[in-house]
Parts: sequence; C-alpha cells; structure tokens
Amino acid sequence: MSPIAVNTSSAIGHAAAADADAPIRIAVRDLNFFYGDAQALKNVSLNFHDRQVTALIGPSGCGKSTLLRTFNRIYSLYPDQRADGQIILDGQNVLSPSVDVNELRARVGMVFQKPTPFPMSIYDNIAFGIRLYEKLPKSELDGRVEEALKKAALWNEAKDKLRQSGLGLSGGQQQRLCIARTIAQNPEVILLDEPTSALDPISTGKIEELIEQLRTEFTIVIVTHNMQQAARISQFTAFMYLGELVEFGPTNKMFMTPTKKQTQDYITGRFG
Amino acid sequence: MDMVSKNARMTSAKPWGRVRRSRYMADRALKVICALFTMLGAFFLGWILLMLLIEGVSGFSPALFTQTTPGPGTQGGGIANALVGSLILTFLGIVVATPVGVLAGTYLAEYGKGSKLAETIRFLNDVLLAAPSILIGLFVYTLMVQPMGSYSGWAGGVALAIIAVPVIVRTTEDMLRLVPASLREAGAALGAPLSTVIMQVSWRAARAGMVTGVLLATARIAGETAPLLFTALNNNFWFKGNLMGGVSNLPVMIYQFALAPYENWRELAWAGALLITMSILALSVVARLIVKRDPAR
Repeated sequence: MSPIAVNTSSAIGHAAAADADAPIRIAVRDLNFFYGDAQALKNVSLNFHDRQVTALIGPSGCGKSTLLRTFNRIYSLYPDQRADGQIILDGQNVLSPSVDVNELRARVGMVFQKPTPFPMSIYDNIAFGIRLYEKLPKSELDGRVEEALKKAALWNEAKDKLRQSGLGLSGGQQQRLCIARTIAQNPEVILLDEPTSALDPISTGKIEELIEQLRTEFTIVIVTHNMQQAARISQFTAFMYLGELVEFGPTNKMFMTPTKKQTQDYITGRFG
Repeated sequence: MDMVSKNARMTSAKPWGRVRRSRYMADRALKVICALFTMLGAFFLGWILLMLLIEGVSGFSPALFTQTTPGPGTQGGGIANALVGSLILTFLGIVVATPVGVLAGTYLAEYGKGSKLAETIRFLNDVLLAAPSILIGLFVYTLMVQPMGSYSGWAGGVALAIIAVPVIVRTTEDMLRLVPASLREAGAALGAPLSTVIMQVSWRAARAGMVTGVLLATARIAGETAPLLFTALNNNFWFKGNLMGGVSNLPVMIYQFALAPYENWRELAWAGALLITMSILALSVVARLIVKRDPAR
C-alpha cells in the first residue's frame, strides 16, 4: 500500500452514525465574512444538528476557523473583522447587535488550538467561568468544579492538586482543563478549533474519546486538519474551499461517496 | 579509521579545507574585540564599586544609624535623618506613581493599542522617560514649592513620582503585550467582559514583570538627586512631622557633604553612597528573583 494514500475506509465506523433526524441546533444562512476588505466567507449556508459532532475540513485558509469564530462572535474582539448574514441559535440571530456577546459566549463555548490555561490554580481556572454568571456557595462551586473535571476525564489526574497552577499540567491535560472550563458553564454548543494539533498522539486519543462522550450532551463543531480525525469522531462533515462550502453531509457518505470532485480530491490527499 | 579506509565505496566529490583562513580570523577577531570591550566596561564598574566599598565601609558605625547629620565643624554624627527622609520620599513617590503608571500602561496595552491617542501618549511617555531630571525638579518647584511658599517632602515625593511614572508605564505596557492574545480570547470566549479579562487574566499573567517594573522604578528614584534639589532640598536636623520645610535625604546629603571641607562629612557621604548602592542592588536582586520564581512564566 502506498504510504501517501489516506486510508479512510478503515477509519470510518468508530464514530456513531449520523442522525439526520436530529433537530437543528445552529442554522447558518448566507453568511459572509470580511477581514477588512478581504472576503473570507462567501454565502455559507448549512445546519448543525443537535448532539452531533460536525467536522469542518478543508485546506489552510479555506475559512473553516473563520466560520467557527463567527458562532460566538469572538471575531468581534478585532475591530476590522465583520460578518453579515444569519446564524440562528435558539430562535435568535446571534449576529444581531441586540444579542449580548457575553451571554452568547456562555451558551457557545470554545476551545482553542493551543491550550490556554489561565495563570491560576486548576480549581480557579474552572471556577472562573462559573463565577461570571452564578454566585454559588463554596460547597456547590466545589461540586460544579468536580463535575466538570470528571466530564473532561481529568478528575483522577487533578483531584489531588486542585490548588496547584494549571500551568503545571502537561499539554494534553491543559487542553482537557480548557474543555472542563468550557463545559462547567453548561453551554449548548462547544466549538473546538483544531484542539489536538498541538498534542501528542496519546493525548489526542484521549481528547477524541472525550469528544465522543461529550456528544451525548452538547452540540459539537470541530475544525480539524486531520481527515482521519474527522472520519473517526464526527457524524457530519463540511468541506470548505476558498471561503465557500463545497459539500456537506453525513461523514461516512462524505468519505465513501463524495458527490463533488474537489471533495474527493481533498480527502484522498490529492491537494490541500 | 580502518573501517573508513576499507570502505572503498565511499565517494569524495568535494575536497575538504576549502574554507578560507581569513574567515576564521574574522570570526575570532570579533569575539576577541567584544570580549575586550566587555572587560573594559566591567573594569570601570568594578573600580567604582570597589572604591565605594573601601571608602564607605570605613564610615560605617552604629552612630551612622542613630545620630543626625553633623553641623559644620562638629565631630562625629550620622545620617539617620537622611535615611528616614529618603525612605519616606521614595515611598511617597512610588505610592503616587504606581497606580498612575500601571493604569496608564494597561490603557496603552489593552484599550488604546494602535489608536492615535495611545500613539501620542506612548511618544510623550518616551520623551518623559529621557527628560533631564533637573527639569522635573524645576517643574515641581513652580507647581508646588512656590505656591506653598516652602520646600516640602510632598513636593519631593511628587517630583520622584514624575520620574517613576514613565518607567512603570513602559514596563507595564511591555509586560502586558507579552501576554498572548490567545489567553485574552480564551477569557472572552467564556463570556468574561474585557475588564474581567484584564484584571483576572492579563494582570495575573504579567504580574511578575509588572512588580519588577515597580521595583526597578523604586531603585531608579532612590538615587535621584536633581529633582530633590528644588523640592525637598535637604536638612541637617530631624524634619518636621508634616514634611513641610526641607526634608533630609541621602542623595542631596551626599552631594553637599562630598563637596565639604570636613573629613567627617566626606566619610558620611561615602557611607551614604554605599548604602544607596546596596539597597538598589538588593532591589534588583529581588526583582530578578520574582521573575525567576514566577509560576506564570
């Protein structure tokens, strides 16, 4: 077998099959995005189903991270970036100025490429997000921190050092800490921006297992450069190219029988 | 060796020894020249410190810390009043300068960034950083000493604060800029307003550097003489509790006593100079330790 060929068939089947009847959690309609004058997304429309993992794939610069960054309006930290169109979540267009960004971000959590633990204790890293919205007595806060760490599969490793700095953890543990921090807020959607690209294979495996578990509670959108990863963990896949959505569908269909030639070329490693 | 010589299949397309000798010479020469000039600088620094140590230590005695500065022609004496005065003035200066400097630096790094206002403030701050300190003394003289009709410790504190502010602004901004943008994004992504991100994430991540900046500013103003000449002046006795009138302090004391014709005055000036130098050294060492031990690094 040629070492370059992407062995997609064996990679499929790990993740649960797509549930196309699942209700729609996020509906994107005619989304355009601009960095200054440069247009990075062109009329993107697609649906994200509830409690399903949707992978965004495509070559560098195709707009997959940009699309992800519109869902929680994190792009609005930078004054020259703007989006128009509609992103409907819970009956609201989240791009509308009347939606409070901070409330939106509590509903739509995000985990970044590089682990970003805050320079504080493991406990405080998780309590940080909870304290923003809820004033809880200590015992209840302790419970929430423990619950989040358990859901992020970090409790066993961290329970004896909750008061130690989060920066003392390994890269993979730091990334699970960031996931714990996000789910502690009980969001509806979790955005993952290449969450394993800075991690070793074992840590990557743990995060992938974790994503599979989190799917039962959250709607997950993941940007990934790794096509096997998309095949392993997602129910739906969207292939983007040059700011446009080329093809979207259930992951097994996208990898076995893509309808567009571009998609086929990309997933078989012919370009990208 | 045997293995190589036996291995007849090895190729040797390019001959060895093609690097010109002059390149080795130039390489070596630069290293030697750099080392020479480093030693030259270190030599003078060492000379100054050694002289200070020899002359200063001989002036050390318990009386140094218990007696006030002696009058002209009298024997003995100490520098207790100048020591306490310097501590008060430096403390005043840093207490005024720290909030101004830290908040202005935070504005430049977190809010203003590339705005016109921020650019202007940054430029003026750099000018202030290099301003001759005697000018700042004169400025505070017209601002406070003239209207109040008297030299005072308060005017001295303000003059020192004006010297310290640009140092703190600069280090605070530089340290906050080193905080990765991804950390701020992560804070914002949890729904934290910018003020929370700044106070709980950025400041915490930059804490060691910011504290170091304040310590280095303290070291800087502890030895300043010129801004005090027109503001706190000096005093050969214990100053008033309300800090009005001249307030004795080490730098001006050194300046006056070192030029005096009395042997005991010059001895005290040396001892005072050594004390200041040692406290600045101590502050710098503490600053380095803080950065080294910083868990956020």
